[in-house]
Amino acid sequence: MNRAALMALVSHWRRRPLQLLTLVLGLATATALWSGVQAINAEARDSYDAAAQTVAGAGAARLVARGGQGITREDFAVLRRAGWPVTPVIEGRIDTPAGPMRVTGIDPFTLGPGMLGGAESSEATEIAYDPAFLTPPGLILAAPETARALEGGTGEGTASSDATPDKVLREAEGPERAELPPVRAVAGLAPGTLVVDLSVAARLLGNAAPTALILTGPVPDLEDHADDDRGAIGGPIGGRNGEPVGGPGGDTLADLAPGLRLQTPQGNADISRLTDSFHLNLTAFGLLAFAVGLFIVRGAVGLAFEQRRGVFRTLRALGLPLRRLLVLLLAELLILAVFAGLLGVALGWLLASALLPDVAATLRGLYGAEVAGTLTLSPAWWLSGLGVAVAGTLLAAGASLWQVARLPVLAPAQPRAWAMAGVRGAWLQAAGALALLVLALGLGLWGRGLVAGFAMLGALMLGAALCLPLILRGALRLGARGARGPVAQWFWADTGQQVPGLSLALMALLLALAANIGVGTMVASFRLTFTGWLDQRLAAELYVSSTDPAEAGAMRDWLAPRTRAILPIVSTGVTLGGRPGELYGVADDATYRDNWPILTGLSDLWDQVAAGQGVVINEQLSRAQELAPGDTLPVAGEDWQVAGVYSDYGNPLPQVLMGMDAFATRYPDITPARFGLRLPPGDAPALADALRDRYGSGVEIVDQRALKAESLRIFERTFTVTGALNVLTLSVAGFAILTSLLTLAGMRLPQLAPVWALGLTRRRLAMLELGRAVMLAALTALAALPLGLALAYVLLAVINVEAFGWRLPMHLFPLDWLRLFALACLAGAVASLWPARRIATLPPGELLKVFASER
Amino acid sequence: MLVVDDIRKSFPGAEAPVDVLRGVSLRLDRGETLALVGESGSGKSTLLHLVAGLDRVDAGRIAIDGADLAQMGDAGRARLRRSAVGLVFQQFNLIPSLKVADNIAFQARLAGRHDTAWTAELTERLGLTAHTAKYPEELSGGQQQRVAIGRTLAARPALVLADEPTGNLDSDTGARVLALMLDLVAETEAGLLMVTHSERVASAMGRRVTLEAGQAI
Amino acid sequence: MSVDRRLVLTGLLTLPVTARAQGFAGLGTGARGYAMPRPGPFDFPADHGPHPEFRIEWWYVTANLRDAAGRDCGVQWTLFRSALAPPGAGPEGPWAAQQAWMGHAAVTTPEVHLSAERLARGGTGQAGASVQPFGAWIDDWRLTGPTPDRVEMVARGDAFSYALTLAADGPVVPQGEGGYSVKSAAGQASRYYSQPFYRAEGQLRLGDAAVQQVSGTAWLDREWSSQPLAEDQSGWDWFSLNFDSGEKLMAFRLRGEGAPFVSATWIAADGTPTPYGGTALRIAPLREAAVAGRQVPVAWSLALPEKGVDIRVEAVNDAAWMTTAVAYWEGPMRISGSHGGRGYLEMTGYD
Repeated sequence: MNRAALMALVSHWRRRPLQLLTLVLGLATATALWSGVQAINAEARDSYDAAAQTVAGAGAARLVARGGQGITREDFAVLRRAGWPVTPVIEGRIDTPAGPMRVTGIDPFTLGPGMLGGAESSEATEIAYDPAFLTPPGLILAAPETARALEGGTGEGTASSDATPDKVLREAEGPERAELPPVRAVAGLAPGTLVVDLSVAARLLGNAAPTALILTGPVPDLEDHADDDRGAIGGPIGGRNGEPVGGPGGDTLADLAPGLRLQTPQGNADISRLTDSFHLNLTAFGLLAFAVGLFIVRGAVGLAFEQRRGVFRTLRALGLPLRRLLVLLLAELLILAVFAGLLGVALGWLLASALLPDVAATLRGLYGAEVAGTLTLSPAWWLSGLGVAVAGTLLAAGASLWQVARLPVLAPAQPRAWAMAGVRGAWLQAAGALALLVLALGLGLWGRGLVAGFAMLGALMLGAALCLPLILRGALRLGARGARGPVAQWFWADTGQQVPGLSLALMALLLALAANIGVGTMVASFRLTFTGWLDQRLAAELYVSSTDPAEAGAMRDWLAPRTRAILPIVSTGVTLGGRPGELYGVADDATYRDNWPILTGLSDLWDQVAAGQGVVINEQLSRAQELAPGDTLPVAGEDWQVAGVYSDYGNPLPQVLMGMDAFATRYPDITPARFGLRLPPGDAPALADALRDRYGSGVEIVDQRALKAESLRIFERTFTVTGALNVLTLSVAGFAILTSLLTLAGMRLPQLAPVWALGLTRRRLAMLELGRAVMLAALTALAALPLGLALAYVLLAVINVEAFGWRLPMHLFPLDWLRLFALACLAGAVASLWPARRIATLPPGELLKVFASER
Repeated sequence: MLVVDDIRKSFPGAEAPVDVLRGVSLRLDRGETLALVGESGSGKSTLLHLVAGLDRVDAGRIAIDGADLAQMGDAGRARLRRSAVGLVFQQFNLIPSLKVADNIAFQARLAGRHDTAWTAELTERLGLTAHTAKYPEELSGGQQQRVAIGRTLAARPALVLADEPTGNLDSDTGARVLALMLDLVAETEAGLLMVTHSERVASAMGRRVTLEAGQAI
Repeated sequence: MSVDRRLVLTGLLTLPVTARAQGFAGLGTGARGYAMPRPGPFDFPADHGPHPEFRIEWWYVTANLRDAAGRDCGVQWTLFRSALAPPGAGPEGPWAAQQAWMGHAAVTTPEVHLSAERLARGGTGQAGASVQPFGAWIDDWRLTGPTPDRVEMVARGDAFSYALTLAADGPVVPQGEGGYSVKSAAGQASRYYSQPFYRAEGQLRLGDAAVQQVSGTAWLDREWSSQPLAEDQSGWDWFSLNFDSGEKLMAFRLRGEGAPFVSATWIAADGTPTPYGGTALRIAPLREAAVAGRQVPVAWSLALPEKGVDIRVEAVNDAAWMTTAVAYWEGPMRISGSHGGRGYLEMTGYD
């Protein structure tokens, strides 16, 4: 019985291959977009996790020398023997034939597993234990492109040379350049960085001492004492529970190595939070794309069920129990779901593979986060992709199954076109839409937390989608009212009648367009804000830092006559609002007054800061502690007036700016080693060269213009990814329209034939069909605009604040909307091109069949 | 007005082409009514469709008011359909998305000779005044066919082509609709070519042509 | 007691790179530039300290303990030293790595076996050894005391920690011929002495459980050499056994292509050693267990007819697998048969 019944059910698909294709492709694309985005995110997160542990990674806390002298072997040994998980690094820059490069000297012994080169660390770690790496002349490990550049001298003409290991570097030009060890290419290392053994780095950089001891593991009592500048860090071993036996006493850093101080992760270096924001975009996109796909699936499943009503009725009349019928239908759906899911996951993998290099490049360049350029496939990912496909199918088919369950045996066999949903259905839909929109509003007003934010997004999008048919019908009614002439009148009226049949596809288009506008607005706002903020924060033309604080003083004297202003930058870790944070001392300079990105503040805030009467705080701190200008904030045991709040994107830590004098009084030990230099922009390169000549590798110079240009260039690559996803989602929605139109085409003939008979050419009819699709797409695009802006607002003002603690101002990009509007019309036109062409070339006989009285 | 001269038409069949019309000729003048009768498959509807310009002849000539249909392109024949010819089908073939009033006025407006007074009168006489704001699907079969007749005559075509207009109606309704139609055709001085099975309907026409196996006898 | 052969062969630094071991065999097999072990008396206390002129060296402690409830457990504390270059030929500079150090620590109970590993570059003080006061250490793991007769032994891993006091009840015992221990028929040898007479007492902690008081015996092996084992030797089985009678037995079996090379030292209760070689000792596996995806013999038969020894030695915990960079089996044993007692077994080369 099962077999026979299943055959009867499945035969439907054989007769309607297009419908089957719609279903499978809809589900597959939905799964593909979702799982593709997931794969990218997962890959990136894996890389971050690894990168977070990477030596000298921005996320690691480090111990640095307090005074002029470097870190000694004794410091290191004492700390290690007290159980501190520290590893020494020597960082600096050297000139190579391929340009200046960063040198990182590591100690493979204490580095810990997986700390070198992020995700692809095993190879690097393996080589680092090679005696050839440790003993003279040593070995340089570098990213493949960097290795090629080094071997090629200038990085030119290396396209054909593969990075074979152990190629000895050609002799460096110039007498002052240290001879470099052989280079070995290792995938996964940061480009432009030469990783060598500690002893080799010491030699290359002129007998340099370690620049830092990096904490490779937790020092449990760190947070309790982080605010104590003396570095009073408690017993490093064990927490309150499970204190190991025989551990050394709870010696503080001051007891063990008084010459060192703890430096918590550098705020503006740790942009990993921004990468989260980026991934949030991708996830939101993936989710919406999946929803778009589900609308297609819902359409196809609904139609297939509707058209098989007669078969269901017959089967039941022939004695197939209802329960069995439902089980068979479910089985049919599951088979389709698994098949389409597998296809989708495979497509998703292709998609992710295609997009990952761009994502990787973006993340690497913008955030310094290393993401492997290739995908690793985990079974969990495959399974979750399949699971999503199955769940999506069930979700999309739920209503249809429910209808079958309630179908009376003696229901009319005539398939009532599913598209012609009754008035009651329309009202139900409207009520559902209203309920969802009210829910979204409620969540927006009273919801707290990220989950509420996402729930709000979901309710908003779904509610708006359900509203769409009502909106379209209203718009078409308005259009019909203004119609002159019979053809126009018929066009509007007939379009209105097509809406139910196309509504699911149009909802998909609505979601795709809204996602485009929303995410696009968010990304573009982010970009605009970020670049503006970069301009403000990086106001100085050059940033220099000296690895030797003693030298910093001399450098400052040397620089004084050569620059318009020198802005010393000093900082220390403090506890702010119960969290580890940063305290900066800033000079009283026009640079700050003119440029610093103040969001809100007292009118004389910089005077207050300069006079040591007030501090300015970053937005994160302001939001977390609900502090406004005029409020009081305890900083290092003193109460300070908050004079202003500034935006500080990308920094997960609370931050406070204090006047330089006030800072120096409280922290006399901290002498500035970093400076921002103000000078005519054109003079910056010359001064940078002069600095390098004079101070060599002991000074690090960052050219603000180069930094900004690089940031922007990388940002553009971000857009290639969002752009690609935009096009894909739109294509999916366009495909939904196409399949809906093709399915409807069969039903259209009786509606078109009389009009043709009454004196319209097929060509004209085809043009009208095309126009109809374009108009529906255009109306949908118009409806999508406010929804997309609402989406952007929620992402920027709700989700971002909940997730990262800062709110990005929303910018509007009407030109983008125009382009999208045109794209939507194009999607409608392209989707209706084939059906319209079919009408234009339909043999009259097909149309005449409609009139045939002799049947 | 209408000249059909030795027309031939065949359709692709399962094995060989099926010759539906094998040299049919007839004439029809304004004010004349002609019944086209014959067995099922004798080619009546095909002849009607050819005359309406919905399809092309394989050979022979059809001219309306001297204009040769074979010389017309798609657009020309469409113009002919909307201005010179009126069609009434067995299946009514109303435009479902338009209200009754709009359906009635549709062809007249297409043809660019919409006469409000005439349309109102037609509506009145067809007994549809109470139904003008309804959609076709809300009407009975007889009412729908009256809408179709109204649609045709509102445009005052020179030639009315009807294909079993009462075939889907019960005999009482059919008789009433037929009488109304003949009255109105006579008033507008149109020529009427009606395909029918029914002897009763055929006898109400001025002349008749019987088709048998694609030929007039 | 001793250590993995590949370690000896290739030097500490290639350890994490088992696949590459062969690639660097050139470095491993040669002993050029290093001092060679020679027979003769030890020079104490200097010989308690490091011998940088030799390539490889270790401080190796195993302890058979019981907790307050009388349950058997064992701990291991090991520090390996390996030279990266012969003395005088190495790199220079304060951070130059002339030596590499590696620590292994483990705790074994009948239910669990936990191990940990530490690595260090020589010359920084992070790891090292000293004579007076006596000490060997890496990070916060240490084996320190005024003299080797009384030392503190401390180590910890992610899920365990221990701190024991070891006090010697007897003399240091030279292994082999007066401390010259031959390792193959071809004559490879090392300097090797033991302190098998430690009483051990202290604290042990597993995971978040409460600290346990433990006590028992411990055995220190000191060995240094520059010479690898023979090329064909693929692994070994190394026993250190404490009999209830107060007598002790050290025995090892080096497996190679031909007949295993067997060597043993009978240690009387007063510490008097009697070396045995060749056929005097019979060693045979009795039972294998699946450990870490391989078959490892965990019960053995040992017979030394000359001393009336015919015993069965069986693991307290079959799964005493050291998940260190180079993995091997090391765990406490129970002895039954002609003699009762406890001991330790190390097995390498069961790949």
